[in-house]
Amino acid sequence: MTTEVFPGSYASLHPIREFVVKAARQAGFDEAGVYSVELAVDEACSNIIEHAYGGESKGDIRCTYQISAESLTIILKDRGKRFNPENVPDPDFSAQLENLKVGGAGLFLMRKMMDMVTFEFNENGNVLTMVKYRPPSSD
Amino acid sequence: MDIATTQLKRCDLLSVNGRIDSYTAPQVEDALKSLLDKGRFKIVLDMAGVDFMSSKGWWVLIEAQKACRRYNRGEVVLVDLQDKLRESLNLVGMGSYFKVFDDVTTAVGSF
Repeated sequence: MTTEVFPGSYASLHPIREFVVKAARQAGFDEAGVYSVELAVDEACSNIIEHAYGGESKGDIRCTYQISAESLTIILKDRGKRFNPENVPDPDFSAQLENLKVGGAGLFLMRKMMDMVTFEFNENGNVLTMVKYRPPSSD
Repeated sequence: MDIATTQLKRCDLLSVNGRIDSYTAPQVEDALKSLLDKGRFKIVLDMAGVDFMSSKGWWVLIEAQKACRRYNRGEVVLVDLQDKLRESLNLVGMGSYFKVFDDVTTAVGSF
């Protein structure tokens, strides 16, 4: 299990992505798999800054990864406002362009990119756990 | 991130190099806005140098696309999207809002 703590600002997104890209490569994902993890984590952290903290520099993001025989697990913790995924409707990309409403794509993408996405809230804040199954070993 | 704008006869070419996320998307938004403010609505966005794009970046392009297509006065078209970006664009379902070309010449010629 490896953990790093990053300031909750948009400038942290790149170092956070580098941290999880390294983990995804270590877990044996191909480039498409690595990009899925990179994108899901970026979307999650952008949401934490924008929605849980309500802006930049209000708190930290604690990022942990764990590689098991079957999967890569990424855990993101923040001390911001409670995030309830049920309050976020999926974007309607069947809408005509002029009627398309901005927002909600982050959570939608996270669920598409990862095999499991779960949210918990406890006295310390939000805990987001994302799991992606590792590709079968080539050896 | 680097952004270069070139005014062509038929349209404007915007070349972006780098990663587009919540930190850098405002720079792309500003570059697009300055074209729209000048009444330039036919825009070719060269994405060859973009190796990461989050939903924040796609929303910036969607908003520009709305402004450009209004009154049929133009369009934002994309060029040379890296495979991983194209896949995520289609996976999220935003692919239908953009034409994607393989090279700049064909994209410019589409106007």
